[in-house]
Order: sequence, then structure tokens, then C-alpha cells
Amino acid sequence: MMSPELPRADPPGASLPQHPDFLWRDADPRRRYQVVIVGGGGHGLATAYYLARNHGITDVAVLERGWLAGGNVARNTTIIRSNYLWEASAGIYEHALRLWEGLEADLGYPILFSQRGVLNLAHTPQEVRDGVRRVHANRMAGVDAEWLDPAGVARVCPIVNVSPDVRYPVLGATFQPRGGIAKHDHVAWGFARAAHALGVDLIQHCEVTGIDTRAGRVVGVRTTRGDIATDTLALSAAGHTSVLAAMVGLAVPIQSHALQALVSELLRPVHPTVVMSNAVHVYVSQAHKGELVMGAGIDAHNSYSQRGAAHVIERQMAAAVELFPVFARAHVLRTWGGIVDVSPDASPIVGLTPVDGLFLNCGWGTGGFKATPGVGWCYAHTIANGKPHPLNAPFTLDRFTTGALVDEHGAAAVAH
Amino acid sequence: MMLIPCPWCGPRNETEFHYGGQAGVAYPADPQALSDEEWARFLFVRANPKGLFHERWCHTAGCRRWFGVVRDTVSHEIRSVEVNA
Repeated sequence: MMSPELPRADPPGASLPQHPDFLWRDADPRRRYQVVIVGGGGHGLATAYYLARNHGITDVAVLERGWLAGGNVARNTTIIRSNYLWEASAGIYEHALRLWEGLEADLGYPILFSQRGVLNLAHTPQEVRDGVRRVHANRMAGVDAEWLDPAGVARVCPIVNVSPDVRYPVLGATFQPRGGIAKHDHVAWGFARAAHALGVDLIQHCEVTGIDTRAGRVVGVRTTRGDIATDTLALSAAGHTSVLAAMVGLAVPIQSHALQALVSELLRPVHPTVVMSNAVHVYVSQAHKGELVMGAGIDAHNSYSQRGAAHVIERQMAAAVELFPVFARAHVLRTWGGIVDVSPDASPIVGLTPVDGLFLNCGWGTGGFKATPGVGWCYAHTIANGKPHPLNAPFTLDRFTTGALVDEHGAAAVAH
Repeated sequence: MMLIPCPWCGPRNETEFHYGGQAGVAYPADPQALSDEEWARFLFVRANPKGLFHERWCHTAGCRRWFGVVRDTVSHEIRSVEVNA
């Protein structure tokens, strides 16, 4: 049950592999592509890779307004799990998890996927009931899940304070042994390298400034590096999706917020798994290099600034020290923020739009990293076939009209 | 941490306030007359601009009154404050 691959003897940082000399070509945009993907983050790069690998579509450009993989894929806390409550969610996240399990071999690149398990703590009787229910739902959906009592939590993660005399005692936890973490930069670079090798153009510092349509269908994009003709435009821009969708008059039901995370200095291996807590709201793992990696909740107000407020970090630190008294003497090395796109039901929107040739992938909110290979696979299928893959079919834009929401608020084991 | 100018109490720390999202979203005058698309738009779709945003805040740890501000969502600068929103 415990992770065997934590480097007990090596000094911090010793287990990180070297990069190859060459990752991808920094392409200049051509004037026409079969498919243009907007957003060179994890999702956009994975989509480009699976378009080429699964569907043979290689006349593809990925446009990135900044540098490749510099947005949320570089800013998240790298937690991977599939223990969502609803079947629709478990379907796409478990598909992603199975792809994660073979991704290193598939990409031919070390992504340091470590299945050290994910604990979701329960601190109230209601959280216990919800957790047990989710364990049953997960098992029925083919997702590995266990319910642990406080002693079981302490066996998996000895540094969690499971004593009953704290403000929010640990009453139990769900445990997904196949969950874990990966090295997020390596994931993005691995997809970029593999997509480039299959013929995809990766174009940096290329911001989309307009979308051209004719008779209700996409004919091209305008960018800071010139106009590009295409009849298939796939948005994958997370917190900036509303800005892009507005270029064709499309209002998307998402709100952009800053989400913060932080790391400590490099420490000897002390934390063997991933711990998430809804009630005190912090999630913690220890990166391969040795930093404690912690994530918080979103800042309440809408924001396009990639920074958050200090009081949110302070609250998160208080929660972490309560759960892990041993962290009290660690230091914050740095904090940062990313812009996340939060949807009304805390589930993503992946599929077609009212504009022909315009595809939408957004609304992943605070949890998009874990889905990277799964959404890339399904979004590529959607783009190649002009209709959703069965696993993203529940996540249409029009579910907000039909009422068929996939309500993962609270149900998804973390408060989004 | 933003310093938010409550129109009644003056400038206070952001932690004293509760966020209310987009301002000026009126309940439909005749909900029964709305199509499913129009009802979905009222329920779920809010403006999400990169730039100036007209939004509501409540001074929950102070006077407990709602008010409106126009704030830049990139710089977080508050441009104007209004009593009714």
C-alpha cells in the first residue's frame, strides 16, 4: 500500500532524470492548418498529441500566448486521482488514470508518475457518510477505493495528527491507492516532444486576437503573429476561455478565479502519500525533489491576475500545521497563483459549440491536471469526429439548458 | 489583500467582506415566459471580463450592507463604488 519509490537514502533532488538535448522545435506559424488548438498547456498539448497519434491528424498548430506549458500545468499541485462520485466523472477521470499508468512508456519520456495513494480526510459525521458512499460508488464504477478509520489513516500517513483533541479531528478517510502525483513540467514537455515528433507545430508567444467566422462557421484566427486560416478551432485556454469565446459572441458559464499553491524548502522524505482535506481545506504532497507542495482554495472574487491574496495562504498554512504538526518548522519557499475556470456544477465543459468548427474544452476549475491525458484523448476524438467521445458526452455546454448537470460540488471529494 | 472602500464604513480589509459576483443581475420579470435557453442564461451565465467588472460585495464583518464596485480583474484596482447595486 505504501509507495516503494520514495528515495529514502538519496539526497533531495537526486532522483530527477536529466532532460534530453532536444524537446521540440519552436515553430513559426504557417498560414493554414487543418486544426488549430488555442492554449499550449497540458490539455492543449495532450489533445495535439492524441490527434496525431490516434487519428492521424498531424496538420495541427498549438498556439500559446506565453511560453509553452507556463500556465496552469506549471502551477498546479500535480495530484492525480479518479475517485469522483458520479459515473460521468469517474468515467473520464478513470480513463485518464489508466492512461497515466502507461504514459511514460507511451511518450518515451520520464514523467515521474508515482502511485503513492491519495487520502481524502473526513472531519465530520456527514463527511464520513459522504466518504463511505463515495467509496461504494467508486467501486461500482471500477475505481479503486477504500474506507480507512483514523488508525488506518495513521498507518498510511504516520505524520497526520489523528488525535481526537484537535479542532477538526480526523474521523476517517477515503483512500485511492492508485492515485498519486507526477512531475507536471515533464508531463507537458513529454506531450510537447511527442506531438512535435508526429509533425505538430508548437507556436509560442502567439496570442489569438480574433476569430473569423463566415455563415456561422469558423474560417480562421487572427493572432499577434498574423492570420491563420483553419476550419477547426479547438479552445483549451482554461481561465482565458471567456475572453476567446467572446470573440464569437459566445457566453460560457464559467468564472475565472485565482488559485494559489506553495512549496516549502527541500526536505528529506517525510510525507509518503497525498493528503487532501475538505473541511480545513488544504491538500499536501511531497514532490520528488523534496518540497512539500500545498494547495489552497480559490480567491473568492473574479480575477485574471496570476497571484492571490496572502490571507488565503495564511489560512491554508494554519490548516496544514493543524493536520501535520511536524510541518510547523518548515518554511514557505515560494507561492504562486494560476487562473482557473470554475463552472456552475464544478464539472468541465468539453465538446461542440453553436459555432460550426469551434470546439470547447474548459471549466476544469481547480482539478484539470489529473485529467490531462484523458481529456486530450477525448477532446481529440471530439475534434476528429465532429461529435463527442462517449466519455465526454455528458460534459456538453447545453447541459446547463437541459438541466443534466454533473454536480460534483462537494461530491468530488474536494470543495472546488 | 485588497483594501475595499465600503461606502458606509470606509476602507477595510478584504477579509471583512463577502463576494457577491456580477452586479445588476435582475430576477426575470416573467420567469414563466422564458425559454429553457433564457432561463439557463439567467441561472448559470455571468459576465467574466478580463478588465473592468461591475460586481457586488457585502461588508459582512461590518455594516452587513451590500454595495457595488467597478473593479479591474487584472490589476484588482477598484475604480468606483456605488451604494445601490
